[in-house]
Amino acid sequence: MAISAVSDTTLHEAPPPRRQRLLEDERWLAFVLLVPTIVLLGMFIAYPFIQGILLSVTSSRVGMRGDFVGLANFYKIFNDGIFRTAVYNTFLYTGVTTVFKLALGLWLAMLLNRNFRGKAFTRAFILLPFIIPTVLSTFAWKWMFDPTFSVLNWLLYHLGLITGRINWLGDPDLAMISIIIVNIWRGVPFFAISLLAGLQTISPELNEAAAIDGAKPWQRFWHITWPLLLPVTMVVMLFSVIQTFADFQIVYVMTGGGPANATHLFATYAYQIGIGTGLLSEGAAISLAMFPVLFLVVVIQLLYIRRVEVR
Amino acid sequence: MIEGARWRKWVFFYVPMALFLLFLLFPFYWMVITSVRPDGELYRPWNSTNYNPFWTWNPTWVHVRYLFEETLFASWLWNTTFIALASTAISLVCGVFAGYALSRLNFPFAGSLGTAIFITYLVPQTLLFIPLAEIIRNYRLGDTPWSLILTYPTFLIPFCTWIMMGYFKAVPKELEECARIDGASRWQAMLYIVIPVAIPGILSAGIFAFTLSWNEFIYALVFLSSPAQKTVPVGVTSELIRGDVFYWGPLMAGALLGSIPVAIAYSFFVEHYVAGLTGSVKG
Repeated sequence: MAISAVSDTTLHEAPPPRRQRLLEDERWLAFVLLVPTIVLLGMFIAYPFIQGILLSVTSSRVGMRGDFVGLANFYKIFNDGIFRTAVYNTFLYTGVTTVFKLALGLWLAMLLNRNFRGKAFTRAFILLPFIIPTVLSTFAWKWMFDPTFSVLNWLLYHLGLITGRINWLGDPDLAMISIIIVNIWRGVPFFAISLLAGLQTISPELNEAAAIDGAKPWQRFWHITWPLLLPVTMVVMLFSVIQTFADFQIVYVMTGGGPANATHLFATYAYQIGIGTGLLSEGAAISLAMFPVLFLVVVIQLLYIRRVEVR
Repeated sequence: MIEGARWRKWVFFYVPMALFLLFLLFPFYWMVITSVRPDGELYRPWNSTNYNPFWTWNPTWVHVRYLFEETLFASWLWNTTFIALASTAISLVCGVFAGYALSRLNFPFAGSLGTAIFITYLVPQTLLFIPLAEIIRNYRLGDTPWSLILTYPTFLIPFCTWIMMGYFKAVPKELEECARIDGASRWQAMLYIVIPVAIPGILSAGIFAFTLSWNEFIYALVFLSSPAQKTVPVGVTSELIRGDVFYWGPLMAGALLGSIPVAIAYSFFVEHYVAGLTGSVKG
C-alpha cells in the first residue's frame, strides 16, 4: 500500500538534482543522517568530558580562570575525610541496593509471570515508582521519614515495636539506611519489569518437562530459569550499577549529604564543592573520580554483550 | 502454577504480592492524602492520641490553591512540558536517523560509531555537570530553556538510536529493495517505507524519552537560576522550602500535580513504555 503511494506521487518527476544523487551513495547518506547526533553528542558529551579533565588540573573557581596545578586537586580530595566517606558510602549504597533490587525484582518478576486477574493493571501500577519524577517521590519519603510527624514511627509505635521516636534522617547510620530503602523502592520496578520480559522468553515447556522428570521448584529455578535469565540479569544489573553509583537526586533531597556530611555520594559531594562552594576544579575532580569505576563497568558490559552476541 | 493446598497460594502468591504493592504504592497514597489534608491535621505529632494518619474527614484545596496563587507552579509546569517535548522531538529525529544509518547502511567505522553511541548511553549526567555548566555559561545559554533542550538529547539520543536500531533491523531488506526497483531514491525508501514500519519503535522511544526528560533533575538544578525559568522538580525543591521550614502540604500537592502529566502520558502508552524500557536494556 505504502509502496504504490510513493510511486504515484513522487517518482515520475524531473531527474534528481546533484544533492539527491549524493544521497544515493550509502556512505554520504549515512554521514548526513549521523551528523546531527555526532554534533550534539560531541558538543555536550565529548567536549565537556575534555573540559572536565582540563578543569580538574587547574585551580578555577566560579568566574575565575585558574592556573595549572597538576594533580593537586586529586591529591587534596584523596586526603579529604568527607571524600573518603563519600567513596565508602557510594560503594556501600551501590552494593547493598543492587543485591536487594535484584532479589526483590526477581521475586516480583516471578510473581508477575503467573496468570492472575488484573495482571496488566498490576504491572502498569508497579512501574509507577520508576516513572514518577524521582525528586518528587523522594519528597514523599522524606515526609514519611520526618522526625516529628513520621507515619512510619506512628506505625511502628502502634504495632508496639518502638516506644520512643526514631530520628530517621538525623542519625548517620539510619539516614544511610533510609536512603538505601528509597533507592531500592525506586529500582525494584525496573528490575522486575525487565526480568519479567526475560522470563517471558523462556518457554514454559522446559519447566513442565523438568517437573514431569521430578525436579522440585527450587531445582527448576536454579537449573532452568536462572541460567536462561542470566544474560538479561547481567545487563540490567550493570545498567543499574552505573545509575546507582552516579546517583544524586535521592541523597540531595533526603539528607543533602548530612547529617554532618555523613551520607554524601560522589555526585552530591561534587555538587556541594563545585556548585555550592564554587570550587569548580575540585568539584570536577570529585566527579571525575567516579570515572575509573564507571569505565570498568562499561567495559565489562561491552565484553559481555559481545560474548552473548557471538554465541 | 502453584500446586497443592489453597494456603500455599496465599503464602506464596497473594501475601507477597500484596506486600510488594503496599511497599511500592504507599508513598503515592501518602502524597495524595497529605496534599488534601488541612495543616492543623498535618502537623500533629505522631504519638498524639486519637490520631488516624491514613484518612481525613476534612479534605481541603488550600495547598493546591497556594501552589497556583502564591508560587510559579503553573510556569514550572509549562516550562517542563515545553522542554520535555522539544528535547524529545530533537532526540527522536536524531535517533531515528542515526538508528537507520547504523542498522541498514554500510559505511566505514559503522561498528565503532555504534559502540561509541552506546557508551554515551552509559555516561551519567553527574559525571559532566560541572564542566557542562561552564560550557552552558560560555555559550550564553544559562537560565534559558535551551540549556536543557540542547543537553537532554545527550542522554536521550543514545537509547532512541539503540531502540530504533532494534526495530529497523527487523524490517526485511526486500521491502526497501522493492521500492528502490520501483524508482524510489534511498531517501524516499527510508522516509516512506522503512520509517512507517518502525512507528511502534518511535512511539516507544518517544514516550520513554518524554518521561526521562520530565524527570531530569541535576542539569535543571545547575543550569537554571531564576524562579520563573525552573522546571517542576527543581521549582518544588527550591521554592517550597524556606530555610529549614518545609511546606509539606503544598510540597506534596506539587509533587502530585508534577507527577500527573507523566502518569497520564504513561497510562496511554504502557505497552510502548514497557517495550521501550525492555528494548533499551536488551537492545
